[in-house]
Amino acid sequence: MAPVEPPPTKAPAEDRLRVVGTSLPKVDAVAKVTGRTKFADDLFLPRMLHCRMLRSTTPHAEIVSIDTERAEKHPGVVAVLVGCDLPTPYGILPVSEDEHALCIDKVRFIGDPVAAVAAIDEETASRACELIEVEYAPLDSVAGIEEALDGDDPAIHEYGDAHNVHKAIALEFGDVESGLAGADLVQEDLLFYEGNTHLPMEQHAALADYRPDDRLTLWSSSQTPHYVHRALATVLEMAPSRIRVIATPNGGGFGGKSDPFNHEIVVAELSRRTGRPVKICLTREEVFYCHRGRHPTLMWIKTGFKHDGSITGMHFRSFLDGGAYGSYGVASTYYTGALQTVTYPVAAYKFEGLRVFTNKPPCGPKRGHGTPQPRFALEVHIDKAAEKLGLDPARMRLDHLVEPDSVTANYLKIGSMGLGACIEKVVAESGWNDRRGTLPEGKGLGLACGSYISGAGLPIYWNNMPHSGVQLKLDRGGGVTVFCGSTEIGQGSDSVLAYVVAEVLGINPFEIDIVTADTSLTPVDLGSYSSRVTLMTGNAALQAAERARELLVRSVAEKWDVPGVRVAMADGRVFDVQDPDCTMTFAEAVVLTESKFGTIGTVGSYTPPRSPGRYRGAGVGPSPAYSYAAAVAEVSVDIDTGETQVDDVWIAHDIGQAINPVVAIGQVEGSVYMGLGEALMEEMTYRGNRNIVHHHPSMLEYKSPTTHEMCRVHTYLIEDPDPNGPFGAKEVGQGPLLPIPPAIVNGVYDAVGARVDEVPVTPQKVLAALKRKAKQEEPREGPKKVPEFDWPEAIQVPPPWAGGDGRALDERREIGGGGVRK
Amino acid sequence: MRHPYPADRLVFMAPSDNAIEAGAYVSLELRVNGEPYAVSVPVHKTLLEVLREDIGLTGTKHGCELGECGTCTVLVDGQPVLSCLALPAALKGRDVMTVEGLESADGLHPVQQTFVELGAAQCGYCTPGFVLVAKALLDDNPQPSRAEIKTALGGNLCRCTGYLKIYEAVELAAARLRGEPAEPTREMLYGAG
Repeated sequence: MAPVEPPPTKAPAEDRLRVVGTSLPKVDAVAKVTGRTKFADDLFLPRMLHCRMLRSTTPHAEIVSIDTERAEKHPGVVAVLVGCDLPTPYGILPVSEDEHALCIDKVRFIGDPVAAVAAIDEETASRACELIEVEYAPLDSVAGIEEALDGDDPAIHEYGDAHNVHKAIALEFGDVESGLAGADLVQEDLLFYEGNTHLPMEQHAALADYRPDDRLTLWSSSQTPHYVHRALATVLEMAPSRIRVIATPNGGGFGGKSDPFNHEIVVAELSRRTGRPVKICLTREEVFYCHRGRHPTLMWIKTGFKHDGSITGMHFRSFLDGGAYGSYGVASTYYTGALQTVTYPVAAYKFEGLRVFTNKPPCGPKRGHGTPQPRFALEVHIDKAAEKLGLDPARMRLDHLVEPDSVTANYLKIGSMGLGACIEKVVAESGWNDRRGTLPEGKGLGLACGSYISGAGLPIYWNNMPHSGVQLKLDRGGGVTVFCGSTEIGQGSDSVLAYVVAEVLGINPFEIDIVTADTSLTPVDLGSYSSRVTLMTGNAALQAAERARELLVRSVAEKWDVPGVRVAMADGRVFDVQDPDCTMTFAEAVVLTESKFGTIGTVGSYTPPRSPGRYRGAGVGPSPAYSYAAAVAEVSVDIDTGETQVDDVWIAHDIGQAINPVVAIGQVEGSVYMGLGEALMEEMTYRGNRNIVHHHPSMLEYKSPTTHEMCRVHTYLIEDPDPNGPFGAKEVGQGPLLPIPPAIVNGVYDAVGARVDEVPVTPQKVLAALKRKAKQEEPREGPKKVPEFDWPEAIQVPPPWAGGDGRALDERREIGGGGVRK
Repeated sequence: MRHPYPADRLVFMAPSDNAIEAGAYVSLELRVNGEPYAVSVPVHKTLLEVLREDIGLTGTKHGCELGECGTCTVLVDGQPVLSCLALPAALKGRDVMTVEGLESADGLHPVQQTFVELGAAQCGYCTPGFVLVAKALLDDNPQPSRAEIKTALGGNLCRCTGYLKIYEAVELAAARLRGEPAEPTREMLYGAG
C-alpha cells in the first residue's frame, strides 16, 4: 500500500527534496493492480447501444453506392450512418484536414470505414454491417514510396506539394557543398527503417452519451482529449461548451491514440441521433487499421568528416511512406530532419524530406515521432565513418559533443546537455574499451546515442495560450485536489502532478486527489505526446502550488507574527524554522488561510520559451529541453540461421532530474523493449501486390518481443538539472528508444562483419549480408537507391556562426527591401 | 518442477459434454471468486464477456479476444486460462478467480503489492493477467528461477515495461511469500551504478 508518512518530529531542513527524486509508488498503482482502473471499454451505461463499423475491403476505390436498407430493417438495429451524414472533414493538423468520419466519395485503404451501425448489442451491430451493400469502382492503388513518386497512378488526395506527395521540404543551413569539399572523409549511406505500429494492449474504445438538452459527453481512450474536443465541435457543428470529452486512462498509447479518430465522432453522432449512449470497442484487427504508427522511411545521408571525426557538413534526405491520410505527417516529415544537429556539432546542414500518400493505413506519431528513423541512419553512418577514420566510435562521439547553452545550425536552443556523461557511463559499465573486438565470432558490441525533445515548442494549432494549465483546490480538511487536462497513459503523469504539488506544499502525495483529462473540469493541457507532460504540467503544477503555498505562508506568518521566510511546510505540517515547538497541521493552515482569504484555489500555467528559429519550418524541433541517451548493446548472431539475439543493453539517460526514479527506469526499460522490437522483428507490412492487404493484423503474427526475446537492461539515470524543467526534470518516455535500434545494428556488424542497413534485422537480411560477405562482395544488405525527385529549391538559413539571425535569407531580403512582413 | 502454462491455458476451449446447439442459451451457476453467480447467456458467449458484461467484473481486460495476448487470463481451479477462449458451459463446478478475487481482508496479494512498489504496472491494462499468472506460478513453485518466471509469463504480452520490473516484482513477492523479509534493492528503485 501507499506509504504513510510518519508523524513529524522536528522542523524540516529547507533545502532537501522530500518527494521529488524518491522512488515512490505511482498514485494510481493500487487501482491498476487490483483491476479497479476504469478503461473506456469498462464503462457501461443504462440503455447503452453498441456500435460496429463497416470497413473498406479494397485499397483504393470510388464509392458508387451504399445500400443500408437491409441493415436498417434488421431487428435490434437502432441507427445506421454513412459518410454524407458527417460531411465535415477534420484532421489533427490544420494543414491536412483530409479525413472524414466515414468515407463519402472514395476509400483510400483496406480498413477505411464507410458505414456504422448502432444496435442493441455488438453481435447485432456486426450482423447488420454485413447486410450493408457497398459498390466500389476500383482505382489503381499506390503501394509504396517508389510507386507514389512515379506519377502513374490516380491521386489519393487532391492536395499536396506534388502528385501523391503530401509534403516536400528543403532547408539548408550554411554551405553544405563547401563543408563536404573541406572534409577528409565523405561518407554516403542509404538506410531504410520499416514501419511498425504501437500495439497498445488496450484496443481503442469510446463511449458517447448525448442528452436531449444538447449536451454531449464522450469517454475515450485518447491521449489528446483537447484535440478530440475540437474535432467533435467541428464535425458535429456543436458549440464546444456543449461537449465534454473525458480521456479514460489509456491502456497504452505510445502515440497511437493521439489523433481524433473516426470511431469517436461516429459514436458521438450515433448517440445524438438515437438519444442513447453508444459504445464502440475496436477489434484488434481494426486497431491495426487505425495505425498512425512509425512511417516506413528511406534515407540517404552524406556527411563530411575531418580526420578527428568532426562534421564539416551533412546532407540528409528522407522519404516517408505516409499511408492514406495526413495525420501528424507534416510534423513527422520535419522531425526526420530536425534533431540530427543536437548531439554532435554540424557545421553546415541540408535537409530534404518528403512524405507520400499510399493506399495503406495512415502513419503518424509513434514513440520518438519521426526521429528514430534518422537517428538510426545517423548513428549507423557515424559507426561506419569511425571505422574508416580509425577512430573508436565512443571516443569519436565524446570528442565532438554539442555544447550546453548553445544554438545549433538549424536554430535549436540547447540547454543542459549530459550526453558526454551518458557515453562515459555506458562505456565504463559495458566494458567497451576492453571487450570490444575481443568477443568471439557471432558476438558483438554496438554503441549509439540519441536525443529527444521535452515537449514541442509550438502547439499544433496556432495560438498564444499556455500549453498546460493546472488548478489547485484546497479543502478545509487539508485535502488538495489537482485539476489538469493531462492524460494518464501509463507513463505516470497523474503521479507527477501529485509529487510536484506534494513537494511544494509539504504533504503526502497519496492524500492528493488528481482530476485529469476532462475538458469540462480541467484546464487545457495539450495532451500526452511529444514527451511534454512532465516538463509542462510539472511547471504548471509547480506554479499553482507555489501560489497556494504563498497564501498559506502569509496567513500562518501573520498568525505567528513572524516573517514569511520562517514558515516551512513538510510532512503534512507547517513549522516555524526557528522555533520547532511552533507548528500546526496543514489542515489547520488551510482553515486559517480560508478564513483570511476566502475559498482557496490557485492556478498555474506553462508556455514554452520562444525559439530563436524564424524560418518557415522552424516550428518543428524546438523544445524547452532536450534529453540525451547513450546505449551499448551486446548481441549474439547465429551465423547459421541469421537470428539475432540481444543479450544486454547498458543505457544511460540524461533526465535532468528524475521526479520518480523507479518510474523513470520503467520508461527507460520500456523504451529499450520497444526499440528492440523495432530493431529485430516489428514490421507493419503488406502483401507484395497492389491489393495492399495487411500481412498480419493480429497480435500473434505481428511479432513483438515476449519475455523470451527481451534482453537484460542496465539503466543509469544521469541527473544534470535543466533550468527549464520542474526541479530540473527533462523527458524520459521516448528518448531512450532512440539509441537502441542503431546500437543493436552496430552490434550486429561488430558480431559478424556484415552490415544490415535496415530494420528490422530479420534472419533473412543477416543471411543475405553474410552470403555477400562470403562471396567477397560488399558485405551489406539494405536499400540500393532512392527514387528520383525534383526537390524544391532549399530555403537558405545562415547558421548562427555565419551571421544568421534565425531567419531565411529571402525573408531577410523582403524585410530589407520593402519592410513588409507577414 | 514442471510449469505447464502457458500451453495448458487453452484447456477450456473444447465444447463441454453438455454443449447446446449454437444460438441457444445456457443457464448455469458460475463460481467466481468464491461467489455463486446464476447466469443465463448465449452458449457461445465467452467467459471473458460473461465476467465483464453479465457479472460486472471488469477487472478482467482483453487485448485481442483471439487467445494471442494473455491479457484476459483468469484462474480456473488455480490454473491460468484465457477467458476469451473459455465457454462458461464448460466451467460447471469449477472455481474461477479473477483479479478482483486476489485481494484478501489483509489487503493486496504480495504480487500486487510488489507490482505497486516497483512500478511493474505502467498503463495497468495487462496487469490483471500478469498478477494472476504470477500467483499461479508461485502457488506451484515458491522459488522460481528467472528462467522459470519468463516461461510462465511467456504467453502474456506487455507493451509498457519490457517485463523487467514484472520479473523483479514476482521474485520479490516469492521471497515474501516464503516468509523472507525482502525489500526492493537500491538498483531496482534507483538504477544501476
